[in-house]
Amino acid sequence: MVKDDNGAEDVTAADSPGDSLAPIAASTAVVTRDSLVNPGFPPHRPRITDLDHKEERKAERAVYTLFYVSIVGSVFAIAAYMAFPIVPEDPGSVRLNNLFIGLGLSLALLAIGIGAVHWGKALMSDHEGVDERHPVRGTEPVRARAVEIFQQANEESGFGRRTLIRNSLIGALVVFPLPAVVLFRGLGPMDQNPVDLLNETMWKKGVRLTMDPSGTPIKASDVTLGSSFHVIPEGLSEMEHGRLEEKAKAAVLLIRMDPADLVESEERKTWSYQGIVAYSKICTHVGCPVALYEQHTHHLLCPCHQSQFDVENHCKVIFGPAKRALPQLPIAVDAEGYLIAQSDFTEPVGPSFWERA
Amino acid sequence: MTTIKKTRAHRPSKTGRRHPLASVALIAIGLLFTGGAYAAFSTSTAVATTDASSQQTIAEGEKLFAANCATCHGLSAQGSTEGPSLIGVGAASVDFQVGTGRMPMQMQGPQAQKKPVQFTSEQIAALAAYVASLAPGPAIPAAELLDAAAGDAANGAELFRINCAMCHNVAGAGGALTEGKFAPAIENVSAQHIYEAMITGPQNMPVFNDMNITPEDKRDIITYLKYVEDNPSPGGLALGSLGPVAEGLFIWIFGLGAIVALTVWITAKSN
Repeated sequence: MVKDDNGAEDVTAADSPGDSLAPIAASTAVVTRDSLVNPGFPPHRPRITDLDHKEERKAERAVYTLFYVSIVGSVFAIAAYMAFPIVPEDPGSVRLNNLFIGLGLSLALLAIGIGAVHWGKALMSDHEGVDERHPVRGTEPVRARAVEIFQQANEESGFGRRTLIRNSLIGALVVFPLPAVVLFRGLGPMDQNPVDLLNETMWKKGVRLTMDPSGTPIKASDVTLGSSFHVIPEGLSEMEHGRLEEKAKAAVLLIRMDPADLVESEERKTWSYQGIVAYSKICTHVGCPVALYEQHTHHLLCPCHQSQFDVENHCKVIFGPAKRALPQLPIAVDAEGYLIAQSDFTEPVGPSFWERA
Repeated sequence: MTTIKKTRAHRPSKTGRRHPLASVALIAIGLLFTGGAYAAFSTSTAVATTDASSQQTIAEGEKLFAANCATCHGLSAQGSTEGPSLIGVGAASVDFQVGTGRMPMQMQGPQAQKKPVQFTSEQIAALAAYVASLAPGPAIPAAELLDAAAGDAANGAELFRINCAMCHNVAGAGGALTEGKFAPAIENVSAQHIYEAMITGPQNMPVFNDMNITPEDKRDIITYLKYVEDNPSPGGLALGSLGPVAEGLFIWIFGLGAIVALTVWITAKSN
């Protein structure tokens, strides 16, 4: 027996620790003696509503008042629906309608809930009780009876005996989900390799750079110093089908800066035109549109994860989680002075994918 | 006036007191009319003088420039290590930078901050006329291009989403850029300053010239911004229109806070 500071004896789960210790120690390396002791219930403390009749009446009043408040809330919601109708073309009316109906309904539900909890806590009987958990395993007769029922069902239905019926049923159940597989397959690209789809965009030799969303072709002379144009390929704005899919790959940002600021590698010297450069607008991290262009620093910022690209240096990553530079679109000028693409992007746009070369 | 007197005459107890009040009102109306007429006359003359960009205005602007701007921008606006050249930036640029209080700059920093305007409108017009006289540049836009009532808000909204919203937020609430720079909120900015910002590209904002966004499209964008400003958000409390950060913070603090408080109350023992 252990004595604590107060001199009271602690009741342990095992009544005779000294006797049981020896046989256990023979077979077990460690004997834990610090298992939690069930402290039992604290002494019952009567509530103020149990002692004071006035307080009990007060709590009762509070509960039924809350239930009446709930009725008021419901009626208010109905009245608000009629008094604040949604007027087409007026967003303000939607706001009032939602606000007052919502206030009425939440008052109605909250008052019921708070009233019920208050009722339970202050007025209902508060004696403590213990419900023992039943063992999960059934009694032997119940288990035997269950086995008997299954055997009888097997015998009467002939499930085990008529093997042809059983096997054809299993076959039918296996085949049943196949239509769903076929239907869901139809949602993906058909007869096309997704890798090829991601590798190619609408840009090709001679396609004019046009403005988003009007589709007006852009003259090189229109792009003044410090300008940034949001560009889509010619023909995209008139597309009927798959316009957004194509735009999601082909969107381009066109920027003009002082040619003296541009640092170009030898093989890309011909890709720009008098300081005009075109870069894919799709972030190489997870594909957000990168278009936060700073005119003085020539930095492009992606708003989603703060990747930064340096437009002066072929849009190399200078900060953030992106791993690859933004792909550059090689551009030139046609006979009428309009900007055209020299070819498609020379590398896939957007975030990396497994089969990316 | 006679009809008013006649109707008032039906209540004899008040006629005695009404007479002096009526004369006070008459004087007030008279003062308003003369004041208004004078103001209208004087502004129209001011516009006339700046439009003409008379030599006198330019000379006035040159003096102001030498006194207030030349320290950084150079005595003949050629620029220095402290500030860029202003040759060719045009009157619109001056009107925007000085008219919104960004110039004169309080101190060097990531970008010039908006602050109380330091000059009168006549002085700003004179400065603009001086800078415009140095070299051709974007002019202050004509009034009919700034009339928000004449534009198409839907077209403006589409153009705003494509060209502006990535920095300025779809509701024009502004947003952060790199290294302390930011795109300011466009609430309560005058139509003229919005237009001038588009054609001049102040600070790190790119230029949106008339070939990129036509003057009518620029007016539509202004219409959209004014529409957003004037119409309440249908979703209720906009929380600064900042999107998921502000809204998430609100629901984490107040929504979860309410659930925690209710749970504590439900499980606490009644007194």
